[in-house]
Amino acid sequence: MGETLPHRLPEPDRPWVMRTYAGHSTARDSNALYRRNLAKGQTGLSIAFDLPTQTGYDPDHELSRGEVGKTGVSIAHKGDMHRLLDGIPLDEMNTSMTINATAAWLLALYLVTAEENGVDRGALQGTTQNDIIKEFLSRGTYAFPPGPSMRLIADTIAFTVDEVPRWNPINICSYHLQEAGATPVQEIAYAMSTAHAVLDAVRERVDPATFPRVFGRISFFVNAGIRFLEEHAKLRALAELWEALGRERYGVTDEKYLRLRYGVQVNSLGLTEAQPENNVIRIVLEALAVTLGRDARARAIQLPAWNEALGLPRPWDQQWSLRIQQILALETDLLEYPDVFEGSKVMDGLVAELVEGTRAEMAIVAEHGGAVEAVPYMKTQLVESHRERVARIERGELKVVGQNVFTDAGPSPLQEGEDGGIMRVDPEVERGQIEAVRRWRSSDRDAGAVAAALDDLRLTAREESANLMPATIACAHAGVTTGEWAGALRDAFGEYRAPTGVSDAASTSEDGSLVALRERVEEVSEALGRRLKILVGKPGLDGHSNGAEQIAVRARDAGMDVVYEGIRLTPRRIAQAAVQEGVHVVGLSILSGSHRELIPDVLRYLREASGGKNGSDAPTVPVVVGGIIPESDARELLAAGVARVYTPKDFEITRIMSDIVELVAWRAGAPGPTAAATLAAPPRVAPRL
Amino acid sequence: MPLVCEAGRAGLSLGGGEGAEGWAAALGRRLRAGDRGAAPAALNLVEDRSPGGREGAAALLAEVSPTALGGEAPAHLVGVTGPPGAGKSSLLAELVSAWRARGRTVAVLAVDPSSKRSGGSLLGDRARIDHDPADDGVLIRSTATAGRLGGLAAPTRTAALTLASAFEVVVVESVGVGQSETEIEELCDTVAVVVQPGSGDTLQFLKAGIMEVPDLLVVTKADLGDVARRARRELEGALRSLGAAQTPVLSVSSLSPAQGIDELVAAIDAHRTGLDVRSVRVRARRLAAVSAFAAEHGERGLRGLGGRRAAERVVAELDPGLEVQALVAALESAGRGTR
Repeated sequence: MGETLPHRLPEPDRPWVMRTYAGHSTARDSNALYRRNLAKGQTGLSIAFDLPTQTGYDPDHELSRGEVGKTGVSIAHKGDMHRLLDGIPLDEMNTSMTINATAAWLLALYLVTAEENGVDRGALQGTTQNDIIKEFLSRGTYAFPPGPSMRLIADTIAFTVDEVPRWNPINICSYHLQEAGATPVQEIAYAMSTAHAVLDAVRERVDPATFPRVFGRISFFVNAGIRFLEEHAKLRALAELWEALGRERYGVTDEKYLRLRYGVQVNSLGLTEAQPENNVIRIVLEALAVTLGRDARARAIQLPAWNEALGLPRPWDQQWSLRIQQILALETDLLEYPDVFEGSKVMDGLVAELVEGTRAEMAIVAEHGGAVEAVPYMKTQLVESHRERVARIERGELKVVGQNVFTDAGPSPLQEGEDGGIMRVDPEVERGQIEAVRRWRSSDRDAGAVAAALDDLRLTAREESANLMPATIACAHAGVTTGEWAGALRDAFGEYRAPTGVSDAASTSEDGSLVALRERVEEVSEALGRRLKILVGKPGLDGHSNGAEQIAVRARDAGMDVVYEGIRLTPRRIAQAAVQEGVHVVGLSILSGSHRELIPDVLRYLREASGGKNGSDAPTVPVVVGGIIPESDARELLAAGVARVYTPKDFEITRIMSDIVELVAWRAGAPGPTAAATLAAPPRVAPRL
Repeated sequence: MPLVCEAGRAGLSLGGGEGAEGWAAALGRRLRAGDRGAAPAALNLVEDRSPGGREGAAALLAEVSPTALGGEAPAHLVGVTGPPGAGKSSLLAELVSAWRARGRTVAVLAVDPSSKRSGGSLLGDRARIDHDPADDGVLIRSTATAGRLGGLAAPTRTAALTLASAFEVVVVESVGVGQSETEIEELCDTVAVVVQPGSGDTLQFLKAGIMEVPDLLVVTKADLGDVARRARRELEGALRSLGAAQTPVLSVSSLSPAQGIDELVAAIDAHRTGLDVRSVRVRARRLAAVSAFAAEHGERGLRGLGGRRAAERVVAELDPGLEVQALVAALESAGRGTR
């Protein structure tokens, strides 16, 4: 059968790389998990690190409390990396690491581990996420100011392009922008603008002859939402824009360097806590968005689990998601045809719309001076889009089955097990990691070599034109810890807080319930003697600030004075702010699972700070909490003195606000709502606080 | 709503006499004794507009009046103002740590605008002032203007004068509207106007005489190099042509490692040396009282006294050791007398 038919491929395509974003607790536990996942048919690794590792703190740092081993594995030094990769053939594996501010460091640990196992750098394949702009915009695990952060990115790219040529040193992420509320146009425009900024920065640090290869090593990490046809068009638009950028701006001519390469994790923002079994259907449809058309198909896929809005997924939940990929690739006929959208009027039209919109938005970012300078602008736009999305769900214009329509449902048998259908990390893990890192520092390494390596790192950091990778690799060899490496660079580069994007966010559109709430805020403020004042705080290292931002903006629109300091605050600092600012209520948001440690800490510091003399267990200022909080934890928090707990089921922010206002009024002994100001409905509110 | 101040509502009993007023007076005595832990509750009271709150505030203020203190509070009242985006908060962060490094206690009153539509506000300035939360030598309090023009919130003046009894430096950071800096000048011993290179507004306001010459001018973003140096030269030129060549112009950078901060601290200190603090404070209290009276009773109230100037004359004749609330009370009784 030598004949080729235009509607069939001569041979089916090979499946994409299948991964599961996984890792928790210790290196040993995660290693066992990876081996099991590979045995189940996973074809690549995707390492999830815990927040201390991602932000450059050791397990025993104050900010690490409650976070060690939670959202991923804790890696404090090369010993941990050796254990994590034990028995995994690094010369055959394709390893993706979700690591950004400390990407250079984790890459160095990976290289040193390979080297000490006798594997040549040239054989290593994988990806470091390494995109700091989206950390400033959405995910929050940055460590250094923008300038030095961009330098670290440029340094890793310049280093790997020759030294680790099969490595993808950066995965430019549009993924997290969609999670932060971006429209398809914003998603690709900001990712493309980031690519632009990164490429400009690297161009200054490599030989011009090398540059086309640099362009060819850049890959993207995208998102796909439930509107899967438009989402597919978005990827085709991205491919078109990428090729144009290479040709027009950087003069790249080699076709193979101009091809868009991307990996994907599909949307988590749209996954619901209510009727969580429906999420599996959403995930399947979203996977179609990145696989349907051959011309814009993903190179690597990882899918979220059905229960992400409830808590951390268990290995079984992740296995279920892996099976989705395997069925798509191996049972369906998806891989047997050329591009199925070729010549489609609908697809071509959608792509043209998106390309045009993206070019216009990219021009605005360029007017702000490029992606780095435009962070405050882009952040404000994202807060704005997310606000609009939440408002549409509240008004019922955007339908979410099980959440705002068809809410009557039987109980899900999936949640009936003893664990409530989620994974729990043993709190002893943190203590163990603290002891282990202290032991490592005091006895497992040569103190002189560590000090010398860190001194050299500091010196290199101060010399703007030097590449930081060799000094970083030397640190990894010497047994330096994650916190020491980042600490030395913090000394050299300074600390940084990203813009919160809330102050310039437009007001919520006026509807009846908001107007009534505002009346009530005036009334309660009058009774209080001063305007109702709320502190919105994000304790710990969790950088997912979208929920907190929406709450802050809505509280302002309801007429409150809102103190919002952004992410990464210690419980002590939150308590101090609450007392110094004289707020009437404190609202805390946590999504990383560290609420069981951090919320009681905030309550304790608040009691101490307010004198603690009233003999009651309840802090003087009422505290409300929102986040991904399993029901049994919610009961514990309420027993510990928290006044209210809101979870993703509570998606109507105006109702949350009204509930909080009544709480303050009640605590202050103010009169109850008058008939005119009464808001229907009991407490119940907020998406992804 | 029963007449209760914050103390009653919070269900706290801090001793020091019976009822809300006794509690308020005790707060004042604690501040006077240098107990900075009393400051947040004192500020809650100063901001309280309810009748109970106003009575409590009067009792509190009486305890920290110059008469009670036996002289003016020794704090240095420093105003920081300038157009939005000039880098006031970042500069303030550096200043606070420089003052703390010198062992001085610092209170910061940060003022942000309120939303016209909702009346609410987003107060984010404290985020940028990095400090050790276990250090009780730093207090940061954010307030919203609640629609007031003039760059300060209604209780800011009283709040600053209250904190002056317990902190060594009290900083007032205004909204930075650019042109109406009168209130901050009336209140503070030393006012620094912060400008960023390349924005000509301040320069134009100075030249046109819309803005009064401040005590200090600070050009931020010295790391920009030539642009910052040019901005500084232009400001110095403008000051010369206004006959104010002696006004210091300083160049700073808040980017790590910060530059020019020690020089700025020295210049702020130097300005206060030789200043007649007593007359500055007496004037500040009197103007604050007229302003508070106007906020409470409006233009009609002022007309009842014969206008703002007449009100200023009324307070000018009173005991210079009286605190703001006592002056307001005197204005109110003068108002009743003339009706």
